[in-house]
Amino acid sequence: MDAFLHQLFSGIATGGIYASVALALVMIYQATHHVNFAQGEMAMLSTYVALTLIQAGVPYWIAFVLTVGASMIVGIGIQWLVLRPLEKAPVLASVGVFIGMLLMFNSVAGWIFSYTLKPFPSPFGEGPPMLNGLFSRHELGSTGVTLLVLTAVWAFFRFTRLGLAMRAAAFNPISSRLVGVPVAKMLALGWGLAAGIGAVAGMMVAPVVFLDPNMMAGVLLYAFAGALLGGITNPLGAVVGGLLVGVIENLGGAYVVGTELKLSMALVIIVVVLVVKPSGLFGKTLASRV
Amino acid sequence: MHAHITRFGPLLFIVLAAVLPLAFASGYQLFQLTLVVAYALSVLGLNLVTGYNGQVSLGHGAFYAVGAYVTAIMMDRWDVPYWATLPVSAVVCAVFGFLLGMPALRLGGVYLALTTFALAVAVPQLLKYKLIDGWTGGVQGITIIKPDAPYDLPLTSDQWVYLFSLAVGVLMFALASNLVHGRIGRAMVAIRDQPIAAEAMGIDIARFKTLTFATSAMFTGIGGSLAAIAVQFVSPDSFTVALSVTFFVGMVIGGAASIWGAVFGALFIEFVPNIADHLSKAAPGAIYGVILIAFMFLAPGGIASLLRRWFARLAVK
Repeated sequence: MDAFLHQLFSGIATGGIYASVALALVMIYQATHHVNFAQGEMAMLSTYVALTLIQAGVPYWIAFVLTVGASMIVGIGIQWLVLRPLEKAPVLASVGVFIGMLLMFNSVAGWIFSYTLKPFPSPFGEGPPMLNGLFSRHELGSTGVTLLVLTAVWAFFRFTRLGLAMRAAAFNPISSRLVGVPVAKMLALGWGLAAGIGAVAGMMVAPVVFLDPNMMAGVLLYAFAGALLGGITNPLGAVVGGLLVGVIENLGGAYVVGTELKLSMALVIIVVVLVVKPSGLFGKTLASRV
Repeated sequence: MHAHITRFGPLLFIVLAAVLPLAFASGYQLFQLTLVVAYALSVLGLNLVTGYNGQVSLGHGAFYAVGAYVTAIMMDRWDVPYWATLPVSAVVCAVFGFLLGMPALRLGGVYLALTTFALAVAVPQLLKYKLIDGWTGGVQGITIIKPDAPYDLPLTSDQWVYLFSLAVGVLMFALASNLVHGRIGRAMVAIRDQPIAAEAMGIDIARFKTLTFATSAMFTGIGGSLAAIAVQFVSPDSFTVALSVTFFVGMVIGGAASIWGAVFGALFIEFVPNIADHLSKAAPGAIYGVILIAFMFLAPGGIASLLRRWFARLAVK
């Protein structure tokens, strides 16, 4: 029973990371109907920036804040310079650009920081497991950070004027523009937020999986599965979906398919969702007027 | 003049492609050219579904892997002659594509891209899976023997495999060309550009998309089979997600929705990384990325569209 609970909590901890990345994906998807295949690589680069800062002697939490800030600025820059001109282009063009960025970021990271695995410090220390040995310190800490970020994002969208404007811009760009919302800037800001959330996810997962240029490939895949499971049109759904996928992955890996087939579970989840309930658990069923 | 180019151009190309390498290419160069044919078929398959039909797939490496494994298993375990494995591989890949396409294509947009991406990531794991390693050889993979030229033809086995692949490639390209220039091809393009109008015209969109996907999987699977014969070896780690991404890069850079684009794309993905590798290990990825983004902005139609523009200007002069 204890082993089972441990797997469950460990699943919630990784699920929180998938949930963050899934939320970042859904934020961009809602506003632009693009899926950012480079989201994982952006987070990976952010994590390298954090590691560089920490190795240069910057205290962890200052490095954390600086990294998130820098990632947001870069995210805004990417949207403004690369994606904005392609707004009206067909799906193939946007996927092409995302794949191009994925390849570029991955090679740049390999080029600058090498392809070797690097340990990444956890701010929560080593120490013995807590809560009757169910949670390691890092799992507990990273789950806390993830929940904090998710709550902050929710509060931002729910209670601030800027959040409302961003929701409006994503929901109905034309009317928003008419009432004076700068839609293009809101999209860019959305990209910035997504990049910031991704950076947090990267820094939280790196102590567990070690840092290397391909660190986020698996995380991104599970985040896709989480976003689809929760409903790609619903941010809350993405979070729930991400957590669920983390738990399914951990329990499935421990008791059903074994670790060799862990990644294939993402594929199975995606296909099952598409067959059984394509709109996901919380998504809207889309009906388009002809 | 222009009419002559379109009429005899392909024929001339085929003759040159058959004769020149036999006369001048070394064994290794022939091997590279054989891979170009295999890649061209794979990129062509991807092009049918993504370029012509507008459904983005990021997982065609999976069909390439299935094709390669079908050929390898049949040759190694059951001593089937190499040429007889191709039809089987075609059927298996088409069925596989049909089954995957059915759920993923019901919804448009990015769902297929996501599903196929997940498939591409899962392929090496699935190939290593314990329950099938009696067939697939698990992590070790399967080694097969390169076929010799039949009827005592005075050809080395490299030359023969190249000629055989080229013949298969030409046949498949002719098929694809007829397909996209006919009724079905127009339906595919209509679904890409105006799905609502296409449906109003009586095209069964879901069925067409799924059949296109199955056909495209078949082309790519045959490409995989040819590659397995040329490389004489298949193993799970040759079919990573990077392979699928490479096909995507080849398709976009060669030219989406262009038959010839597949040839240019295949040449690109075979030779450019070889050159870039000399710079650094990271260079091929970086170059792919930069060129991909540059093409999306400057020439979304790829090399094929650049050449078309260039030919048009020549014709005017």
